[in-house]
Amino acid sequence: MLMYRIARKKPLNATVTLMDIEAPMVAKKAEPGQFIILRVDEEGERIPLTIAGYDREKGLVTIIYQVVGATTVKLNAKNEGDYLQDFVGPLGNATETEGLKKVAVVGGGVGCAIALPVAQKLHAEGCEVHSVIGFRSKDIVILEDEFRACSDELKVMTDDGTHGEKGLVTDALDALIQAGNQYDEVIAIGPIIMMKFVCKTTEKYGIKTIVSMCPIMIDGTGMCGGCRLTVDGQTKFACVDGPDFDGSKVDFDEAISRGAIYKEFERHAYDEACNLFKKEVK
Amino acid sequence: MADMKMPRHAMPAQDPEVRSHNFNEVALGYTKEMAMEEATRCLGCPKMPCKNGCPVQINIPDFVAKVAEGDFEGAYEVIHRTSSLPAVCGRVCPQESQCEKYCVRGVKGEPVAIGRMERFVADWHNAHAKEASAKPVSNGHKVAIIGSGPAGLTCAGDLAKLGYQVTIFEALHKAGGVLVYGIPEFRLPKAIVQKEVDGLKALGVEICTNTVIGKTITIDELMGEKGFEAVFIGSGAGLPKFMNIPGENLQGVYSANEFLTRINLMKAYREGSDTPIKHSLKVAVVGGGNVAMDAARCAKRLGADVSIIYRRSEKELPARAEEVEHAKEEGIIFRTLTNPVAILGYNNPDDRRDPKNGSVCGIRCIKMELGEPDEKGRRRPIEVKDSEFDMEMDCVIMALGTNPNPLIKNTTKGLDVNNHGGIIVNEDALTSREGVYAGGDAVTGAATVILAMGAGKQAAASIDEYLKNK
Repeated sequence: MLMYRIARKKPLNATVTLMDIEAPMVAKKAEPGQFIILRVDEEGERIPLTIAGYDREKGLVTIIYQVVGATTVKLNAKNEGDYLQDFVGPLGNATETEGLKKVAVVGGGVGCAIALPVAQKLHAEGCEVHSVIGFRSKDIVILEDEFRACSDELKVMTDDGTHGEKGLVTDALDALIQAGNQYDEVIAIGPIIMMKFVCKTTEKYGIKTIVSMCPIMIDGTGMCGGCRLTVDGQTKFACVDGPDFDGSKVDFDEAISRGAIYKEFERHAYDEACNLFKKEVK
Repeated sequence: MADMKMPRHAMPAQDPEVRSHNFNEVALGYTKEMAMEEATRCLGCPKMPCKNGCPVQINIPDFVAKVAEGDFEGAYEVIHRTSSLPAVCGRVCPQESQCEKYCVRGVKGEPVAIGRMERFVADWHNAHAKEASAKPVSNGHKVAIIGSGPAGLTCAGDLAKLGYQVTIFEALHKAGGVLVYGIPEFRLPKAIVQKEVDGLKALGVEICTNTVIGKTITIDELMGEKGFEAVFIGSGAGLPKFMNIPGENLQGVYSANEFLTRINLMKAYREGSDTPIKHSLKVAVVGGGNVAMDAARCAKRLGADVSIIYRRSEKELPARAEEVEHAKEEGIIFRTLTNPVAILGYNNPDDRRDPKNGSVCGIRCIKMELGEPDEKGRRRPIEVKDSEFDMEMDCVIMALGTNPNPLIKNTTKGLDVNNHGGIIVNEDALTSREGVYAGGDAVTGAATVILAMGAGKQAAASIDEYLKNK
């Protein structure tokens, strides 16, 4: 029953890796903005990852992950030709792109992996796309060429100025808006704190801003309720109501707090997983 | 002649002090001698009031008589004629409000322990019978079952025995539905569920896990390009309910579904598990049903002091009597006539980076009293003015039931649902779409395993009728 073969594995930087997974049924339905849930092995936890691309004909789904915890360490230990235990999707709602004529797509860090297919889809539909992608430093910049190919304008930002312009994505976005660009919508995907400040930036201009939330979840189908967020004062479930929400209405601080619940556990598990692999290498 | 003097046999169980630290099964089951003796308490009433109290109409006096004779395989055959999952139902059915409620012996004393005997018979069969379940001859008709919980498993089993080519689609990575993600190991060992699932596979049923109907594939595609002639929706209950009180999204507030899924499906209670769970000191479980009892007893086993908070009185607790009894024996505190008004969060104004910020530190409750009965005859709980009080807690679990899952409704044209979101069916379990049947919690909202099984059974009969005449 092992069906989910890793068809391709490609490191994008020191900690971020791309994988194409054979999952024809998921590939057939996948749309930008949706996510999948995978388990690496029989004892593994279920983790959600937003879809970074798909090839319907070849039956492949692309995921891009950053090695941050025990599960991504285990995932990263798999190679081309290996299999994943479970791979289910596509889950959640696709990003709405219909009718958009001019959009700023803002990606931060590994979030760029999810922002890219959205930018590509908008571009393919004839929308004018301005992309702003931000990273800490030059050595972790990913997908720059891919963004350039689907963007009418591209701003690459680094915190330390080692590549592109020095500054935050919000600086570049603000400058673009100040320069007279009128966006139907801003779509921001990245760390919660980045999405929060993108929304603060666009709020003053009254531009609708969509954010993609990826909270902790288990089933991803509307059963466990772990992924709940407060949106416009109401409890919403990222898995069935999202993952895209109107950023001006999302309680980001609560989302940050909820996301931190297993921090301690994850740190220990990560250390253990790393030690385990070190031992195996020896 | 029935033995009128013999008292009802108690169920052997793990000692409460021992079991509140492990996840092994609590009730240990009757011995052969106990079962045979208990069976002699049955009067064999010709009108069989017990049978009429059973949602799947098991011929109870008949199976009990066989138990008394020591013919356990014969007893199993009687049960199995109408019930597909006897080892499960013997453990999780609320017998006191079904078969045993109508037992004549219960009028002046204690009812015959029908559930315990059912469990014994099923376990005996599982331990002794040589599985010779030959694959039935296929009739060539394809039926899709959505969900592998009690409704889906039952429907699949009945149809497979009739020769249908049955495929079950399951969203999670493991088959069993609520029997694996919801009900804990100590109440229903997962090996028993696995045995039932394996039994279906032996009958030729195909199980596709990791397939979310409405997302991975739709009902229209199943009935179109995939060639299924009928579909049964047994997708179960959906989104957990919350109270909409302040603090419900703090760190450390779980829905019972999430808490139980982490423990039961993902085995987060095991040392070294990849799936995390918060190990708390003081846990409040809000609600009074079986799910609340399961969550409370799991939290206890993870080492917490646990309180059940329920707004009505103990008499109205909807959980099975045995679960309440077991929970009490294990030291779970019942705070009845009490209702939460807010969950309190920790906030250190001097240190915004304090890791405890945003996590639960207590619960504010109000005392309740019972007023006039509502339309269902249950007395309505009313708040007692100015009776708020706070309790220290570091975890709160909400076990308030569920709302229907919108995935299938939103992706299936012409499928009618009621104003609660439950799928509308007629007495044959047929939905508003031709060839599409439904049953279990997806129709009724949160209910019991046996009612879901009954619905799966009805749907199987209706699907058979429909496809024979098509």
